[in-house]
Amino acid sequence: MALSHDEVLAGLAEIVNEETGIDTDSVKLEKSFTNDLDIDSISMMTIVVNAEEKFSVKIPDEEVKNLLTVGDAVNFITSAQG
Amino acid sequence: MSHAKLNQYETVPFSRIYSLGASRGDLVVTNDDIAGPIDSSDEWIRQRTGIITRRRASTEQSLMDMAVDASKEAIAGAGISPSEIGAVIFSTISHPYQTPSAATLLAELIGANPAPAFDISAACAGYCYGIAQADALVRSGVAKYVLVVGGEKLSDFIDPTDRSISFLLADGAGAAIVGPSDEAGISPTVWGSDGSHWSSVSMTSSLLDFRDGEASWPTIRQDGLTVFKWAVWEMVKVAKEALDVAGIQAEDLSALVTHQANIRIIDELVKQLKLPESVAVARDIVNTGNTSAASVPLAMHQLLKDGTVQPGGLALQIGFGAGLAFAAQVVVLP
Repeated sequence: MALSHDEVLAGLAEIVNEETGIDTDSVKLEKSFTNDLDIDSISMMTIVVNAEEKFSVKIPDEEVKNLLTVGDAVNFITSAQG
Repeated sequence: MSHAKLNQYETVPFSRIYSLGASRGDLVVTNDDIAGPIDSSDEWIRQRTGIITRRRASTEQSLMDMAVDASKEAIAGAGISPSEIGAVIFSTISHPYQTPSAATLLAELIGANPAPAFDISAACAGYCYGIAQADALVRSGVAKYVLVVGGEKLSDFIDPTDRSISFLLADGAGAAIVGPSDEAGISPTVWGSDGSHWSSVSMTSSLLDFRDGEASWPTIRQDGLTVFKWAVWEMVKVAKEALDVAGIQAEDLSALVTHQANIRIIDELVKQLKLPESVAVARDIVNTGNTSAASVPLAMHQLLKDGTVQPGGLALQIGFGAGLAFAAQVVVLP
């Protein structure tokens, strides 16, 4: 069953926390992965793979560069769940 | 129709690695030395790659010089005569001649002439490919002792302004002597390729384009994130399968020796494999950089040299890179 927008955000925040140690409360929709959360491209790819597993979605490599904010990622994952 | 009875090779049951040899580029190149053309910094390079220094060869030190030095150390360590070597396998992507092979010259220079000698091109998986072939040659009875060398002078094929891989690359050669054994010393190899990602790590152009003036000197480049993803999550599966076919558990290992591509790949592999802390993890990339086919034997040699691991322990070695190509096997440390 597809998860809600808020459930995806909460799940993604856990993944970001696991990879970077950033507090889950800091992972908000408007936050930029690079500028606000200071997540580099390699950590971003780790987050992407963990999100693919957790949410059972496929995030193409070429799509990753378009996921600038937490909101972008939540929207993509929510849509990709079908 | 009947025919005269043929002889075939008599097989031997087991093989092992007898010894290793190592040679690194004669120059110690710091991050500050190379950061300028890529608009980077020591801190950025350390954080993204783990590299503090990389070893590169001066113009006076050739790929063959390093291969000869590493080979001589391995031959001496094995306690054999070079004339006893039954095959020379040289894994390299940076031998600057299309033909003849680097291996035949190496065989001549170390006194192994007229041993059969050939190069293999499997990039960062090349040494582990070579060990697989050496194991097969020894156990099938084709050769008693096989010299396997992984050697590169990658600095001849880098672009100082390339931010994808050039700043990681380094020069060196690692060598191993494989021979017959009373007990199993090299597990079955889990190896393969994925040509659907052929261009993920590749040259910027072909030699034909360079000849025709359509491209500059070909250098190595990569799609870093695609390769990172493959190198971690696909290689985790390969590593687990290698342990499985070897018939051992992760806690039976003394060491994990991966291709030294990037400290972030190594750390993530360790995390995904859930390795016990008792397993030493090779991080030779910190001081040596990424030497492609040489990185696994150089890293294993260093662990043994500094006493981190002892001969007789088990090490999972895994090479992965351009092709894409990969190979993993568990070996008894020499």
